[in-house]
Amino acid sequence: MTDHTSVDKFDVIVVGAGVAGSTAAYLLARQGLQVVLIERGPYPGSKNLSGGVLYTHSLHQILPNFWEEAPVERCITNQVVIFMTGSAHFNIDYKDEAFSKAPYNAFTVLRGKFDRWLAEQAEAAGAILVPRIRVDRVLRGHQGEVIGIAAGEEEMLADVVIAADGANSFLAQEAGLRGRIPTHQVGVGVKELIALPRETIEERFRLDGREGAAYAIVGYATQGVAGGGFLYTNLDTISAGLVMRLDDLVQNKLKPGDVIEDFLSQPMIAGLVKGGKLVEYGAHLVPEGGLAMMPRLVADGILVVGDAAGLGVNNGFVIRGMDLAIGSAAAAAEAILEARARNDFSTGGLGDYAQKLEKSFVLADMRTYARTPEFFSNDRLYHAYPAMLTDLMRQIYTHHAVPREHLVSMFSRSARENGVSLFDLVRDLFSGVRSL
Amino acid sequence: MNKMSVSERLGVNKYELDEGHPHIEVHEDICRVKCKDLACLFVCPANVYSEQNGHIVADWAGCLECGTCKVACPSDALDWFYPRGGFGVVYRSG
Repeated sequence: MTDHTSVDKFDVIVVGAGVAGSTAAYLLARQGLQVVLIERGPYPGSKNLSGGVLYTHSLHQILPNFWEEAPVERCITNQVVIFMTGSAHFNIDYKDEAFSKAPYNAFTVLRGKFDRWLAEQAEAAGAILVPRIRVDRVLRGHQGEVIGIAAGEEEMLADVVIAADGANSFLAQEAGLRGRIPTHQVGVGVKELIALPRETIEERFRLDGREGAAYAIVGYATQGVAGGGFLYTNLDTISAGLVMRLDDLVQNKLKPGDVIEDFLSQPMIAGLVKGGKLVEYGAHLVPEGGLAMMPRLVADGILVVGDAAGLGVNNGFVIRGMDLAIGSAAAAAEAILEARARNDFSTGGLGDYAQKLEKSFVLADMRTYARTPEFFSNDRLYHAYPAMLTDLMRQIYTHHAVPREHLVSMFSRSARENGVSLFDLVRDLFSGVRSL
Repeated sequence: MNKMSVSERLGVNKYELDEGHPHIEVHEDICRVKCKDLACLFVCPANVYSEQNGHIVADWAGCLECGTCKVACPSDALDWFYPRGGFGVVYRSG
């Protein structure tokens, strides 16, 4: 091992200034710890991309009423799920005015702006933000414990390193906390940010003032690849995109860049983004493996938070990541403060992190939805069921010179035509009820 | 919205190009022996990878840094790491 005595030493090094990293840095700096927050992009948020819905509860606990100061876009009041086939769609449309009052349930955010603001809060609390630094590896002490990081020629030491370096987390892999990511545990997210006049967005999505809409689209959106589409309204842009499970994408040999353009040209979607101007095109991996993909959370001198820890919930209606990331950062910060009081930063000393996560909503929700990824690997969700739903609706509304059938016989015929047995239906229904 | 090609879409993005420092390397010797699917040729949202004159080429400047190719590559034939600090795609909105 090299001699690190001449190198700067901090209490905590946080790698990655996304929502998890900046939250952890904020909480620890606020307690007087010397925290350095390292970001590989030119500014926090510049490497970050998400569909864009932030559920407020976990950040509201840390920074009460953050929406009064933070650059949030719209509060989500309109929740829509669309089952789409190539030529028809069936919507569940839910609007609730309760969502437009404080404490707001969810906001759309654009990470390039939002993450910058959150990192500023960490800085104001005393954390040192260092942008434009790519961390190459961890530094290890004599017992193999993590004692800092190396970036090019630079080395920095700390009692604890927090790996908040996102879905690819090279750091967690290097620290031996997790292995190679299997293709069935991640989704490829692609997104187009489309500019439209504010009034046009409000008219098309039936929004009043700062209200916003979140659309989840299943079925033909992804050309049958496991996954779904989304449309979220920002103030004067629309975030439109897809998340497709990587193993299924590979199997179908589809190009995400083509599938998204096809999605945007579907009549239902095209009408909503018509006349818009593309202002950004991005892509990001989405942890989709749920509980099964969570790595070991702690090793000597290091712990892992947010996307890097595989924290994500997608139950078809909502896709969550940021609120879990913030929750994990809060648990990590608490565990570090306790480890510091004992002056023990070993796996055992930091081990309370896993317990705190276990007691918080983060792991509770991951457990509730532990079966969801398996449920969503069911091919019938992307082909047969959207087709059956739209078949049924078509028959309900179609009248010609043949006698009418009852709903139940229409339904069973449609099931038969789409190759779905009664047994499949019962099993899928049961599995859906248990896993969602 | 008019359909746009992937390269037209990348054209609206902001990049800090790190000239002379590619962050992707394709080990073709491995691909040729171990890989049937050549998933990199289609899974990349930025169409970074293409086959030219029988070689797999990475046009790394347009990379969106998602990491999809690395996860999808079954034979570990891609050396893919983030660009050096400050370089690469710069999401203005994200």
